[in-house]
Amino acid sequence: MDIDLETNLPPDALDGMQHLVSDRAVRGETVLLNMGPQHPSTHGVLRLLLELDGEVVVNCVPDIGFLHTGIEKNMEAKTYLKAEVMTDRLDYLNNLGNNLTYVMAIEKLADLDVPPRAQAIRVLLTELQRIASHLVWLGTHALDAAAMSVFLYCFRERERILDIFEMVSGQRMMTTYFRPGGLWRDVTSGFEAAVRDFVSYFPPRVTEYDRLLTKNPIFLRRTKEIGYLEPEVALRHGVTGPMLRAAGIEFDLRKAQPYSGYELYDFDVPTHTDSDTYARYLMRMEEMRQSIRIVEQALNKLPLGPVRSNNRKYVPPPRSELGTSMEAVIHHFKLWTEGFIPPKGSVYVATESPRGELGVFLESDGGPKPYRVHWRTPSFTNIQILPILARGHLVADLVLLIGTVDILLGDVDR
Amino acid sequence: MGIEQKAGNMGVVTLKLEEVINWSRTNAMWPMLFGLACCAIEMMSAQASNFDMSRFGMELMRPSPRQSDLMIVAGRVSRKMGPVLRWLYDQMPEPKWVIAMGDCASCGGVFNNYAIVQGVDEVVPVDVYVAGCPPRPEALIHGIVTLYEKVKEEKMKDWA
Amino acid sequence: MMNEELHTIAAELKERFAADLYEFRGEVSLILKPEDIVAFSRALRDEYDFELLTEETAVDYWPEQTPRFHVVYRWRSLKRNTIIGARVLLDGNSPSMPSIVKVYLNANGFERELWDMFGICFEEHPDLRRIMMPADWVGHPLRKDYPLGYEEVQFTFNFDEIDQRKPYAKE
Repeated sequence: MDIDLETNLPPDALDGMQHLVSDRAVRGETVLLNMGPQHPSTHGVLRLLLELDGEVVVNCVPDIGFLHTGIEKNMEAKTYLKAEVMTDRLDYLNNLGNNLTYVMAIEKLADLDVPPRAQAIRVLLTELQRIASHLVWLGTHALDAAAMSVFLYCFRERERILDIFEMVSGQRMMTTYFRPGGLWRDVTSGFEAAVRDFVSYFPPRVTEYDRLLTKNPIFLRRTKEIGYLEPEVALRHGVTGPMLRAAGIEFDLRKAQPYSGYELYDFDVPTHTDSDTYARYLMRMEEMRQSIRIVEQALNKLPLGPVRSNNRKYVPPPRSELGTSMEAVIHHFKLWTEGFIPPKGSVYVATESPRGELGVFLESDGGPKPYRVHWRTPSFTNIQILPILARGHLVADLVLLIGTVDILLGDVDR
Repeated sequence: MGIEQKAGNMGVVTLKLEEVINWSRTNAMWPMLFGLACCAIEMMSAQASNFDMSRFGMELMRPSPRQSDLMIVAGRVSRKMGPVLRWLYDQMPEPKWVIAMGDCASCGGVFNNYAIVQGVDEVVPVDVYVAGCPPRPEALIHGIVTLYEKVKEEKMKDWA
Repeated sequence: MMNEELHTIAAELKERFAADLYEFRGEVSLILKPEDIVAFSRALRDEYDFELLTEETAVDYWPEQTPRFHVVYRWRSLKRNTIIGARVLLDGNSPSMPSIVKVYLNANGFERELWDMFGICFEEHPDLRRIMMPADWVGHPLRKDYPLGYEEVQFTFNFDEIDQRKPYAKE
């Protein structure tokens, strides 16, 4: 390495990053510390460059991209239906939510109708997915606060939800169950009993977590008044989801712009005004309870009927028709070789993921492959709030702050 | 104050040294706490209550590479992450093993593009590949048991 | 969604910034000149209550050169419960436009991503570094003339051939 003889420094010593840290770092008064990308509590491969004054965080610069998968580019190279497989792997705790957003974008682009039964099952499964996602969040968040047992309990319940997903789609996580115009196929016969079982099983379990954490003095000391976020700052940074609602701003896309039939269900959007880590914990606990309410209602009034649209230009015909109808064979062949061709144009569709507003921008050039797909992921926007949250806190609190933003690196890096 | 008081006088057991070493290595293999993507969630499931990987001597996930014997590459490895992964591998003390968990780590999986390393065996030598996207926790446990079979076959003369 | 209100706003802004207006599936978008974008977003934030910058991305229309890139913006108003979009057209030859980081702070990440993925330069951006790719990466992956980077897949018939040239790691 070339050393500058006058300053005795290598040429790129800190120069490239001087604008990221304070002048005190250059003078050597503060310490620069690297955290991650392999760190047990960064929830994946997040790297943070920390500037520390003793144990207090002066500056925190997130460095992302360690899980950059090129999903957007890769989706452009596949047909619309094949590209849906990629959406599962984006936010891998909200697989069905990603599917839902993507198929809703196609439906909006192509002006497709979706039967009510499919809509209800979509809502039901997406809410179960929200619970599963919050369970992973709760488990790891409690683990960061050194409460091991909550993690074990949470994953016990999560397995039950994954069993339901496996029952309907054959896969635990990467389901690709929602398809443009409806579902892959109708739910299996044991589905309703399994969900009903879960609905009666789950609420007492939330009470159990409540007893373990909500009044736990160690947890309270670790979370109360940690990571305060002003509502104004949150808005200016584009923060959405539980982070924004814990700051007292009631914004939930399920209520504000209901999609997929959310207007049919009776549920509350919990908000809080404290806007600290503890408030966000309470919020997400309440969200799980509300989700189970939606699941119960959706199950009770699950309509009968078809689960796929009859538009043969987009939805493959059922197997039974293939033996009798020449037209069905042609549609089947066209769909599985060339894929469907939506009209030219671009749409934006957003849903409420467990982490905030998950949107997809889909542009079609009138061909069988999407011309451009952009995922507006909640974690990517929310992670930018981390430096503001972390400023002035101890390093030990940083792991809880990462947990409270509830980032998922697959969602950030795409 | 140990097993000999509970089980009585154990007497003398004669055994080949390499068998004892391999037996002890397989029964206390500490994996590195290192998750990348979707498979990391299934790895967590494998650790948690329903699947309970500690039955195989793995209740301790070590966050530090210097205390771990086994690296489970759980998820897709991007070109940016590749050098970091190799660096972590180099820090692990011998003997060390690598499991490539999932399709992405094994061969790139569905992501055949510019950003993903097409198989982590381009970065670190892999002992066991576990198929699946993501593999079920049972599949991971099967991969680990397969690795144990491999470790038990190791010969002392190869170590030198 | 209050469509009439949105249309009034869009018509007012169209008048003010001499922009083009188009609508597709109920989504209203304006086509702006690059130099107007800061004033436009400031007007949206301060006068029309669009509190959130929802997304900022780009589309590459290669091999067309003038314009080659469309930078796509989308703002959300919580108060009015609606979305408005905008597009800015850029040329293919070293595309550059003003940054709106000072108006909407979360544009920081989006614009860094656009620089990384499309090579669109944002003037007066405080920290325009690569965000997703490694710092020494060459090229901008989401451009249409950038190859996907496909690697040949190993099947039974070509397994040995690919196996021989695959760069396996050493101990």
